[in-house]
Amino acid sequence: MSAGLVFLIVVLIAFAGFVVGRRRALATAGGDPRKLHSLPGYYGQTVFIFAAAPALLLLVVWMLAQPFYVENRTSGLIDTADIAAGSSRDLVMADVRRISGGIDTLVAIGGQSEADIATMDAQEVDVRKLLAGVGVALGSDVNRSVFEAAKSYRGTTDTMNLIRTVLVIIASLAGAAYAYTRINPEYRARNVSEYAIKLLLIACSSIAILTTVGIVLSLVFETYHFFQLYPAKDFFFSMTWNPQFRGGSDLGILPLLWGTLYVSFIALLFAVPIGLMAAIYTAEYASPLVRSFVKPAIEVLAGIPTIVYGLFALVTVGPLLRDYFAQPLGLGNSSSSVMTAGVVMGIMLIPFVSSLSDDVINAVPQAMRDGSSGLGATHSETVRKVILPAALPGIVGAILLAASRAIGETMIVVLGAGAAAKISANPFEAMTTITVKIVSQLTGDTEFASPETLVAFALGLSLFVVTLGLNIIALVIVRKYREQYE
Amino acid sequence: MEDMYHMDRAMTGTQDIKISARDVNVYYGEKHAIKNVSVEIADKTVTAFIGPSGCGKSTFLRCINRMNDTIDIARVTGNILIDGEDITDPRVDPVQLRAKVGMVFQKPNPFPKSIYDNVAYGPKIHGMSRNKTDLDEIVERALRRGAIWEEVKDRLHEPGTGLSGGQQQRLCIARAVATEPEVLLMDEPCSALDPIATAQVEELIDELRQNYSVVIVTHSMQQAARVSQKTAFFHLGDMVEYGETDKIFTNPEDPRTESYISGRIG
Ligand SMILES: Nc1ncnc2c1ncn2[C@@H]1O[C@H](COP(=O)(O)OP(=O)(O)OP(=O)(O)O)[C@@H](O)[C@H]1O
Ligand SMILES: [Mg+2]
Repeated sequence: MSAGLVFLIVVLIAFAGFVVGRRRALATAGGDPRKLHSLPGYYGQTVFIFAAAPALLLLVVWMLAQPFYVENRTSGLIDTADIAAGSSRDLVMADVRRISGGIDTLVAIGGQSEADIATMDAQEVDVRKLLAGVGVALGSDVNRSVFEAAKSYRGTTDTMNLIRTVLVIIASLAGAAYAYTRINPEYRARNVSEYAIKLLLIACSSIAILTTVGIVLSLVFETYHFFQLYPAKDFFFSMTWNPQFRGGSDLGILPLLWGTLYVSFIALLFAVPIGLMAAIYTAEYASPLVRSFVKPAIEVLAGIPTIVYGLFALVTVGPLLRDYFAQPLGLGNSSSSVMTAGVVMGIMLIPFVSSLSDDVINAVPQAMRDGSSGLGATHSETVRKVILPAALPGIVGAILLAASRAIGETMIVVLGAGAAAKISANPFEAMTTITVKIVSQLTGDTEFASPETLVAFALGLSLFVVTLGLNIIALVIVRKYREQYE
Repeated sequence: MEDMYHMDRAMTGTQDIKISARDVNVYYGEKHAIKNVSVEIADKTVTAFIGPSGCGKSTFLRCINRMNDTIDIARVTGNILIDGEDITDPRVDPVQLRAKVGMVFQKPNPFPKSIYDNVAYGPKIHGMSRNKTDLDEIVERALRRGAIWEEVKDRLHEPGTGLSGGQQQRLCIARAVATEPEVLLMDEPCSALDPIATAQVEELIDELRQNYSVVIVTHSMQQAARVSQKTAFFHLGDMVEYGETDKIFTNPEDPRTESYISGRIG
């Protein structure tokens, strides 16, 4: 029986448990809910929880553990001689899994019976051809031991699945029965169900945290590999970035970091003042009617895919800046430049700054505005001296979000700033960023063994550290400000 | 002739009309919150507005410094003259008006700034001080008049929002008197105060009366009787009765005033 079906059965049992439990709670109280410690529904919920939670937990753990167990049992069946040179047991096991899936198809649509399969010998029958007939393509011929392993793999999986189904359903029924028997008017069903809800919430928040921890750990792990192949000193302090796939490359992060920070800086230079003023307009000055048009119109900018901004940078802004600024000023003649990417990215970031700032400005209580204008302050004095300071933590948050977006942005930089890693103060020169180089190091040959590919992880980790640092700085700023004002 | 004129003025000196409202109506959208209210408020007097909750006392008070402008759905008709100048005229700058007509709101609303900055806010934007010492003096004087100086003098640079509700209300009073308004509108200034602070605020009101005109909304009959010379009774948007405080409390003309004062409406 498939896991999905088992899940459904458990849910059904739990539902039935809910109904029965609720009824029993009422019955024990002689039909008077006031005699119960909790509302009847809570008693039903406890039965539901006991029926569903342990059984589903068992199901999940089983599903995670079963493949390891089955592979362990079957991989030993493969003859070492059948593992082709240049291949490995793991790769052959991938074949085993495919064949075992293929056998299922054979039985289902290929007209073979289970008995046929059991006696079938890969030495006599061309399994590869047979499987190709039902649409399962294999990379090589099937050896006898591999086929036997596949049969055993399939058999073991089937048995394990059956055991799983039985155990899970028993667990569900047992849980339901246990909770059912505990029902009596004094039983604190509400506390149990509140506690279960709390656990559920904790579980959800830990998933988010654990995922982050997992990602960071894998980055750290691969970065460690990288530093075993490439000296950390060169990575952090070398001023050149020049990867060679034949080896002997220069992998210094500084030019990329410089490009990243330079582009982001220009982007924020554009986005923050414009976005903030737009937010002040929509939140403070615009009439409700105007606001209802202007705010969504600005937010549309956030919905444009970044690749479209990239095209805009490549086709319009780049040539424009080159023809009207860079060339007349004698600052260069490349249409890809830090300025191009920065300006276009700035436009992209305006809605991030404006929309969030608008929300926080709006959240400042009307009483603050009344208090200020009641003292004879003008509207703009009120905005500058009362509203903005009160909204500052939120505005810093908005700017920070925009900064993280800018640092992580890739598409606009590829098309707007070019791919040349270089350190220069001239904003009209082509430069590139960390994210662009991560992409270019990983496209094409992706065997994670050389420093040229592993450097991507080191770059990713550095990027993470930079954004984390930004967040911490902002937190400190906000906290300092709060001490002063709240 | 000339002499007589002067004598006349001297005699009615305390009775000069400061604010004169004629046929004021206020609508919140469809809701008619103030109905045809006409009232003359004298200079150097304390005028109390009393009446059951929701009768429009705050609404009428907000007309006097045009705070109703900030509410989109509010619409005000009629005329209000302060020193003979019609403040409902669109050409009048509400910002200047509010510098002259200060307000203490029903709910305390200190800015999220330090206690000092809260009080210094008005004087700063009106350029009332020449230097820091000046400003320090203004702040201290205002806090003393707000009857809160002793409690906050050692923590002037701590946030005003960290004070207790009653302290916040007194801070707001100090903030309002710091700009030296000619008219002070106080919307239930003592609703969050203990008897001692209330007595101090009432003392302040009495002191302000020497120079200013004070309008106070209150739910406490005793307070109205203690601090005010004139009392207006509002009921469901109408101004039912207006006159000398003593008369309103001892010998009201309208049966509705009677029942409110003796505790039957409200
Ligand atoms: N901003 C507003 N929007 C719509 N209606 C309002 C608004 N402010 C007040 N009102 C209505 O106007 C009427 C008068 O309100 P107001 O606040 O002036 O009463 P009040 O006499 O000050 O009462 P209280 O003693 O409870 O403060 C009430 O019915 C109220 O519902
Ligand atoms: Mg009120």
